[in-house]
Amino acid sequence: MTRMSDFNIRPKDLTDQEYFYGHKACAGCGATIAVRLALKVLGERTYSVLPANCMSAVSFIYPQMAFTTNAIISPFASTGAMLSGVAAGARALGIKDFQTVGFAGDGGTADIGFQALSGAIDRGDDIIYICYDNEAYMNTGIQKSGLTPYGTKTTTSPAGENLPGAVTHKKNMFEIVAAHGIAYAATASIGYPNDFLRKLNKAKSVRGPVYLHILASCPTGWGSKTELSVQLAKDAVDSGLWYLAEYENDEFKLNRNPKEFIPVEEYLYKQGRFKHLKEEDISVIIEHRDKKWEKMRKTWL
Amino acid sequence: MKSNLKFVSGDEAVALGVRLARPHVISAYPITPQTIVVERLADFVEDGSLKAEYMHVESEHSAMAAAMGVSSVGARAFTATSSQGLLHMAECVHYASGARFPIVMMNANRSIAVPWSIYGDQRDSLGLLDSGWIQVYVEDAQEALDMMIQAYKVAEHPEVMTPFMVNLDGFVLTHTYEPVEVPDQKQVDDFLPMYQSTNKMSMDEPKSLCFSTSPADNQEFKYMQHKAMEGSVDIIREVDAEFGQVFGRYYHGMTESYRCEDAEAVLMTLGSVTGTVRTVVDMLRAEGHKVGVFKIRYMRPFPQDEVKELGKLGSRVGVLEKNISFGNEGTVFTNVNSVFSTLEKRVESKNYVGGLGGRDITKEDIRGIFMDLLSKEPFTERVEFIGMGCDTNE
Repeated sequence: MTRMSDFNIRPKDLTDQEYFYGHKACAGCGATIAVRLALKVLGERTYSVLPANCMSAVSFIYPQMAFTTNAIISPFASTGAMLSGVAAGARALGIKDFQTVGFAGDGGTADIGFQALSGAIDRGDDIIYICYDNEAYMNTGIQKSGLTPYGTKTTTSPAGENLPGAVTHKKNMFEIVAAHGIAYAATASIGYPNDFLRKLNKAKSVRGPVYLHILASCPTGWGSKTELSVQLAKDAVDSGLWYLAEYENDEFKLNRNPKEFIPVEEYLYKQGRFKHLKEEDISVIIEHRDKKWEKMRKTWL
Repeated sequence: MKSNLKFVSGDEAVALGVRLARPHVISAYPITPQTIVVERLADFVEDGSLKAEYMHVESEHSAMAAAMGVSSVGARAFTATSSQGLLHMAECVHYASGARFPIVMMNANRSIAVPWSIYGDQRDSLGLLDSGWIQVYVEDAQEALDMMIQAYKVAEHPEVMTPFMVNLDGFVLTHTYEPVEVPDQKQVDDFLPMYQSTNKMSMDEPKSLCFSTSPADNQEFKYMQHKAMEGSVDIIREVDAEFGQVFGRYYHGMTESYRCEDAEAVLMTLGSVTGTVRTVVDMLRAEGHKVGVFKIRYMRPFPQDEVKELGKLGSRVGVLEKNISFGNEGTVFTNVNSVFSTLEKRVESKNYVGGLGGRDITKEDIRGIFMDLLSKEPFTERVEFIGMGCDTNE
């Protein structure tokens, strides 16, 4: 029987080859870490599909291309559909031993690209879909998406006298995707790279659709210090506001179950987007977190 | 040559043509009156007579996005749509031409809501004239089948590399049964070799496709696209001529002129109504009237040379179209007059708009148009809606 630990990758075993460099992303960008690591694991025989988002905007500026492997920008709503098309075309041409991976943001996944993602999973296509979640439409200037957490100040969910910022919680993408009966799905954080690397390695071996949802900090959109990007992505998990989990064969598994959470304030108040939060807003966030963890601890352990 | 006649609908003729063209992947989403195309192709893949991947997509937007994915690795893609579906995929329609993916798509011309109507007119595809796709409008099932084969040959030509839309009038063509000659697969394979391109992602030579440009470069890409489309006129003529030599059916390239040489009145048409107009032309000719019909096959690239030559004949010209650009005139009419405006002598022209939402255009309607054109009276209006029923003032 294959154990999850069989998929562990030691950082020193990662290739020195860079497949994604020379891009124009902001300093401290979490998404670029996710893309860079993913390609190091998936290897050079990889087709990448990126919809209109930060990662495509910073890396396909003619004539300077930041991907050394095959890559294409899809229409915003079309990551899932184009991934399927690329995989089907390559298969039909008899191309062997390749990976097809999508890198879509939170809006491109939970909002406009949701339908095409659902279609791709439904077809059972052999693709890997990576949602890098920086919790708002960052490329267009920090607007609220379906994955923006409660209480986030964005340019379309202002915080003021009447509103605490975003008034809805994050759409539950991981479980929605799992409900398709997908071959493999997992959440991750750039703050826990070993866990992410293992999940990528696992994804590579899975036949059928894979969905990886990785929390990726964004200093520009989060109003945080660039040097804190990795720390914040770790704090999100340690405070219980994000979680590391997997879904396979109709079963959920919680990969990290902290005995005690660090105080959410420690995570939230390091970010400009949450600076305005009042005590009652923090209570709403904690209550929502605890409900989620109660369920996960009951059924995912 | 061994005859292989089949009695099929326009949609089925399209499916037979697509099978002969051997696409690698078909991305399919159903919409009336296109459905039979994707149903038959599913049958062909199931029974093994077409070796292709059949991809069930969840929308037309995804149908075209998937087709672009297929084309991006150098494989041959096919999809089909109609009306609301074409508009739903509109973003991707532009995207495919900018990416220079030679995808072939069948479009069943159908009206656009609101009011809802599943019946035919040409407002769907004419609304996407500026999307950078080659657009041909066929007259019957045989032409539909043959154009599926020609379409790939033109689209994939290295100097063209432009997607190709084959338009069939909804129901009038898609659902009408006709005897159709089905070409021999071996002959089609010789005529249409497998797609070869460098405009693709490959493992030997990795590429970034569908990139962005700054204002410093964007216009040059659009210029190249424009020049390729203009240049496709010659390729379209060559491919049609070669098709005629191999298969014995020639469609006269960009347009087809019938009894126009000495005509005092010529009616220009698009699509299946041409057959009816041709019949009326013969009837009127028998009565001694000098009339002709000029079938526009391609709306993009536009047949500028042919329309110009027609304009020089001195006839009064009517343009009959199932389309209206609200607040102006029919778009076909606009395109025709734009060419006429380059001539020294003014061409008297009039726009006849009819057949919207599937209304029949009858022989009587067409006779009336010719009488109007032959009357030599100055036109009282530039645009006339023909076959009007109820009083629209109520």
